[in-house]
Amino acid sequence: MERKPIGWNGRTLKEMLEESEKRLKEKKSYYGIEKLILKEQNPFRYERAYASLRGALVSARETALHVAASPIVTEIGELCFGLYTPEGDSIAVSTGILVHVHTMSEGIKFMIREGYEDDPTINQGDIFLNNDPQCGNVHTTDVQTLIPIFWKDELIGWAGGVTHQIDIGGITPGHTLVSSIQRFDDGVYYTCLKIGSNDKIWRDHMITAKKSVRSPMYWELDEKCRLSGDLMIRDAVYDFIEQEGIDFYKQFVREAIEEGRQIVQKRVKERLIPGRYRAASFMDLPMKNQAWVPIARVDKISNHPNEIIVKEDGTFSLSFDGASAGGANAFNCDKGAMEGGQWVLLTQILIYGDKVNDGAYYAVDKDYPLGSWANPNDPYLSYQAPWGNLIPAYTTMMKCLSYGLFARGFREEVVPGYGFTGDSIQGGGVYNAGPLEGERWMLSTFEISGQGLGASAVRDGLNWGYAMWNPESDLGDVETWELFQGGIPYLSRKVKPNTPGYGKYRGGANYESVAFIANSEKVEFFAGREGLVFHGSGGMHGGYPNSTSYRLLATNTNLQEIFQNKQDYPISDPDPSNGDFEKLLKGNIERKPIGTIYPISLNNYDIIHFSESGGPGYGDPIERKLENVKQDLDNGFYTLDVVSKVFGVVAMFNNETNEWIIDEQATKNRRNEIIEERKQKSLSFEEFWEGERKKITEGKLYEAVKVMYAESLKLSKKWGKEFREFWKFPESFQIEVS
Amino acid sequence: MKEDKKTLERMLEGNLPWNQLKPIIGDQKDSNRFDKILEILQAKVKWNEKILLPLHEHLYVVAKDGKRIVKCDCGYEFGDYQINWKTKCRIRVRDTIETIEQLYPKYMGSDPEWEELREYYCPGCFILLDVEAVPPGYPTIFNFLPDIDTFYEKWLSRKAPDK
Repeated sequence: MERKPIGWNGRTLKEMLEESEKRLKEKKSYYGIEKLILKEQNPFRYERAYASLRGALVSARETALHVAASPIVTEIGELCFGLYTPEGDSIAVSTGILVHVHTMSEGIKFMIREGYEDDPTINQGDIFLNNDPQCGNVHTTDVQTLIPIFWKDELIGWAGGVTHQIDIGGITPGHTLVSSIQRFDDGVYYTCLKIGSNDKIWRDHMITAKKSVRSPMYWELDEKCRLSGDLMIRDAVYDFIEQEGIDFYKQFVREAIEEGRQIVQKRVKERLIPGRYRAASFMDLPMKNQAWVPIARVDKISNHPNEIIVKEDGTFSLSFDGASAGGANAFNCDKGAMEGGQWVLLTQILIYGDKVNDGAYYAVDKDYPLGSWANPNDPYLSYQAPWGNLIPAYTTMMKCLSYGLFARGFREEVVPGYGFTGDSIQGGGVYNAGPLEGERWMLSTFEISGQGLGASAVRDGLNWGYAMWNPESDLGDVETWELFQGGIPYLSRKVKPNTPGYGKYRGGANYESVAFIANSEKVEFFAGREGLVFHGSGGMHGGYPNSTSYRLLATNTNLQEIFQNKQDYPISDPDPSNGDFEKLLKGNIERKPIGTIYPISLNNYDIIHFSESGGPGYGDPIERKLENVKQDLDNGFYTLDVVSKVFGVVAMFNNETNEWIIDEQATKNRRNEIIEERKQKSLSFEEFWEGERKKITEGKLYEAVKVMYAESLKLSKKWGKEFREFWKFPESFQIEVS
Repeated sequence: MKEDKKTLERMLEGNLPWNQLKPIIGDQKDSNRFDKILEILQAKVKWNEKILLPLHEHLYVVAKDGKRIVKCDCGYEFGDYQINWKTKCRIRVRDTIETIEQLYPKYMGSDPEWEELREYYCPGCFILLDVEAVPPGYPTIFNFLPDIDTFYEKWLSRKAPDK
């Protein structure tokens, strides 16, 4: 017997989605809504309605993470929830990892377009699981639970929750795998799979899922967490309808999204300037000497050019035209990742105090060029660590919008960018001693959630407190991370000097940590962060990019002997060229200029060092106030040599008062010296142009850079035309790569 | 939130403490902010040309002799605002390990084969106006080209001061 459609007024979900898209296209507004009638008729009821749904989502998140969840979810709230229309558009969202609000929207739309209404059918009490980057997700490690919400026979919406896993069963342990090069390395894939009915997760699914990852207990806890949050949202929607009525609900959800769209336009007109904005960022993939599979053994640098056009009507377009290609690496981004990145930054930069929903998504025209890292269009590539491109690439959006905010007079809103949410150290091992002997531990510290934010045009950047994907960032407690990574206890965590980007206002500062392998065997270790290039699009108006990362490891050490003799061990690496490791340790001490490394094996008493990212700076460093430089020295944010060379400040440490003293006259002289040096060492633009052009024409470019240009020239006529015109090359110009 | 001129001046000078700056960030924005900032900046610069748009910490689009040009607060004129002002700068390229390590500790700067630093200075006062971290051979980036007339006429509902 043919089933009655589950959409509104006897329509199928597919018909509803098509209608929504048609009306948007024709009327340029969400669902073709021209007036916010409910808001106009009774603004108090309207705002109360929105607040009650929003409150229910926040409450669901706060409660669910205490119902059952892995330490990552509990400690730093690495989850979020959303309420969606039947067509999959978010109406209201919780707090948390908001980058995933729109990703779940894409997952719901995938199910609608694939005809899930007929097969496997969508019923009250059904539970769907999704972590497929081709269906809206960012990477497999972010797992979504989606449930339909029915009122009588009609589907009136969806509740969705997402958590970040400690492990997803990929080619190596970990959550963001740098050695994945194809889909089959990415771990377990759930493509919008029905995994339960009658509000109960099927037993056969749970058995299979737990066998598919290396952290089965946490998987089960997180599944229960997401489902419990979804069910709380469903209950809240029923309470809402009981109070307000189903007709109000149906009209309200559409108006709330249209209002969200209109708010973006209003904020753009309020805070920006119409015009063209451009910035570019880059990311290194130093895999030539690391990758296991021949096709992946190449060094690559990704090109992330961004152009934003702010239009007269307050809408804007965002284009990564000119981006270099995707490939046999883990940093490929599919549409869901790109949409999520765009949406989450927009909600942070422009509409943070307003209705945050998919209205923001509809206010922006996007261009993710086919074949590029931003849209490789190849389902068999790996999408395991798209953050490698996504995070630096979207600093460009923050920087572009900051040029507008500055020009409009909102200097307090300027942020040129943020630090990379790394150092993503990962791996794991097996306890070979102690009460947990034989059990597996995972290295998955999520203190990556606390990075340095860029400086603004009126103050320094936030220290160790920003993650682009989670506006409620928190680096968490060491003790919590050690709950699941007890085989690699911390020796220290302290401020690392010289991480903030230099400037009149410095970027946020950050920490470095030292840890060692204990009571374990079969230990794997790898990490991901920029190293050979600066992160993101750098500083602004004369500010510098924050420092790059590097790898420091000590193997075959005498740490056991040091412990026995109660001697000092290294707790930091304040000066990599004259390191404490070498002074205090015996063993193989190795520093590498790269941040991303393939898995290596480690043994007990081997030591790892990792450092989180600072933020980019703003303005000329020699304009930094002397009292601020003194604070930098007192806090250990910068070392004396950097303060002298970059900020032009001369200081001495006063051992009696235990503080730094600035020599104002010597500083004045030093700053004059810097100005003189600038005069002596700088070139005219014509000289600069000749020199740079020669680097291209004389074949002096490194292979990875040549490949980057060749890919961008191939993928974009527009970018290629501008490149050739800038360097006065003929139309036929190409860059040859071997 | 409507901030008085003195508060905005203190904010521009970086002298506003966090407890006063935070509400300015968090509250509704003052619809008249642009004009207030423009007034403060116009009084601050030592030259007489009318500022049409603040472009940068030190650069402004100003009206001069019927043209719109980019001008530094030191007085140096970069020419037509529609042409990237960076192409009129003095430029220092740090494309060796030695010159990058003059600024960043060993291992904490870029590898010059992968990425170089370009410092753009004002030819008048040699203040550092921009730093680009780009691969060698990357075209100079034209960061911001404002649509001044649309801004004034469509968004502020008045003609630009030079029209």
